[in-house]
Amino acid sequence: MTLEAKGLHFNYNGQPVLRGLNLSLEHGEITGILGINGAGKSTLLRCLNRILRPQKGVVMVEDRDLSKLGGEQIARLIGYVAQSQEREPLSVFDAVLLGRKPHIKWQATSHDLDVVTRVLTQMGLEPLALRPVSSLSGGEAQKVVIARALAQEPHLLLLDEPTSNLDLRNQLEVMELLMQAVRDQGLGAAVCLHDINLALRYLDRMVLMKQGQVHALITPEELTADIIRQVYGVEAVLAEVEGHRVVIPRSASPRKQARPATPHHHT
Amino acid sequence: MKHHHATLPTPVAESLGGELVSRYGAGLRRRYLILAALAVFTVLLALQAVAVGAFDLSPYKVLLILLGQGEGTQSVVVFNIRLPRIVAAIVTGWGLGLSGLVTQSLLRNPLASPFTLGMSHGAAFGAAFAIVFLGAGAVSTSALYSAGSTDFMFSSLYAVTLMAFAGAMAATAVIILLARMRQMSASAVILAGVAMSSLFMSGTILVQYFATEVEIATVVFWTFGDVARSNWREILVLAVATLLVSAYFLRRRWDLNALLAGEETAQALGVHVTRLRLLGMFLASLLVALATAFHGIIAFLGLLAPHISRRLVGGDHRLLVPCSGLVGSALLLAADTVGRMVVGSGSLPVGVLTSFMGAPLFLYLLLKGKRL
Repeated sequence: MTLEAKGLHFNYNGQPVLRGLNLSLEHGEITGILGINGAGKSTLLRCLNRILRPQKGVVMVEDRDLSKLGGEQIARLIGYVAQSQEREPLSVFDAVLLGRKPHIKWQATSHDLDVVTRVLTQMGLEPLALRPVSSLSGGEAQKVVIARALAQEPHLLLLDEPTSNLDLRNQLEVMELLMQAVRDQGLGAAVCLHDINLALRYLDRMVLMKQGQVHALITPEELTADIIRQVYGVEAVLAEVEGHRVVIPRSASPRKQARPATPHHHT
Repeated sequence: MKHHHATLPTPVAESLGGELVSRYGAGLRRRYLILAALAVFTVLLALQAVAVGAFDLSPYKVLLILLGQGEGTQSVVVFNIRLPRIVAAIVTGWGLGLSGLVTQSLLRNPLASPFTLGMSHGAAFGAAFAIVFLGAGAVSTSALYSAGSTDFMFSSLYAVTLMAFAGAMAATAVIILLARMRQMSASAVILAGVAMSSLFMSGTILVQYFATEVEIATVVFWTFGDVARSNWREILVLAVATLLVSAYFLRRRWDLNALLAGEETAQALGVHVTRLRLLGMFLASLLVALATAFHGIIAFLGLLAPHISRRLVGGDHRLLVPCSGLVGSALLLAADTVGRMVVGSGSLPVGVLTSFMGAPLFLYLLLKGKRL
């Protein structure tokens, strides 16, 4: 197990966002975090790498309590891809070299440069390495951000909607690259996703969040129309097309059904 | 250093990667070369600046005098009159250029600078307040007349500097609080800076009503930056502070780069963003306070230097930190030298010239609405 979070509580302006959430992530597996807007997905990711400090609860990564580690020590364990990205005025190479920051004492060593080169090659970014990040397309820029997180040589990756601004082809490419990196390097990974079909296709496990707690922890095969209704308030059918399970939404459930249903599903 | 001979995973990657690393290295070296060229240019400019003036000297002669090969009068002119002013321009320019860069980087605002955020005006108000109300008048007399004629008291230097620092910090604190409390846009933060500037300027004018004539002359001097009245003690204080602050930001150059990728990403890379921002703005305020206490408000220099530097060496703070300092030095030195040359007797305050250069750039940046 690479990460274990127990009893996470987080309040934002007095409003509970996470309410005693438990979660564990395994090496070599991508776990998806799904749920409606405001379910606390992004907050959860930020609590896992201590960008936000949970008011209660413990996060252990590789058996080390994060609350006892400094920022750079955490950055050597966890790579994070934020939802909103800035286009920094740097070359692709320099932007990815930033991922070595937690390892660099005073100057980047040749080892740091080698790691950057390896990651750039792995992500297919080598031809763009000396171009400014500002000149890249959205898909290319997103790969740079993921490359930076990989250059940290972390044990664990946390990604907040890495595909949300990408076209179809780039969505698939980014997910495939992620999957490959996670499998090859035995990383743990948690990905916030809105696209449930992308989740079904690429994830090993799905955490469905509702009102600051884990509503269901399942494999993609275990997803049912009931769970979708409970979490999203949407009537949907699950079909199988060419070996892939897909969700076809039919209609939004009536509001009164979607909301008060929640207390029964807390376990 | 330990990893110097680290091997790449496969031979193929080695040839590809090795080639990429060497091309990257070449690009980096080219930018360091630009930096070195700029340093050489600044030194030549300084020699020329020493040579220019009523007492005619060639740059070669200046070099000889500096090496201790000069005659009596020439040496006096160079060491007592021209050199303090030129060294003051270099050190002050460096300090303001660097402060401009870090305010832009830390606030992630391309329009930020000590002048546009009101820090300079805050420092000037603090200095004026100290002179008129805290009896730090001794500075005023030494500042008004040429260097070396009156050696001023340490306590006065202390009071003026401290109050200038308090003024600059007050402006900085308001800007940081506003930027934190509300998610203000870059231009809105600058508007707040304009408000602060007006407030401090009014304060400075108000202070004049309680001042003697000599004091008024001194206070007025603060509204137009000038390096003409410098003495070695002030220069030493400013140089030591500038050196220490530069070392800090050089140490933090990777953190500043990480901040370019956004606050959350910087945090995830192990940067303590809040601490960096507060300490960084504190140190920038310190440099601005010293520079303003000694040389008055030098407008727009802190805005110009980092923008010119980005054009020269790109957005990487490994180069930007020294480059912004150097460009600041070169600009202030050039402005002062031109100011000395165009006006027959005396000289044009550098603040006038830097305004003529800076204001158009400011308008351009405002129109472009570019993010940092």
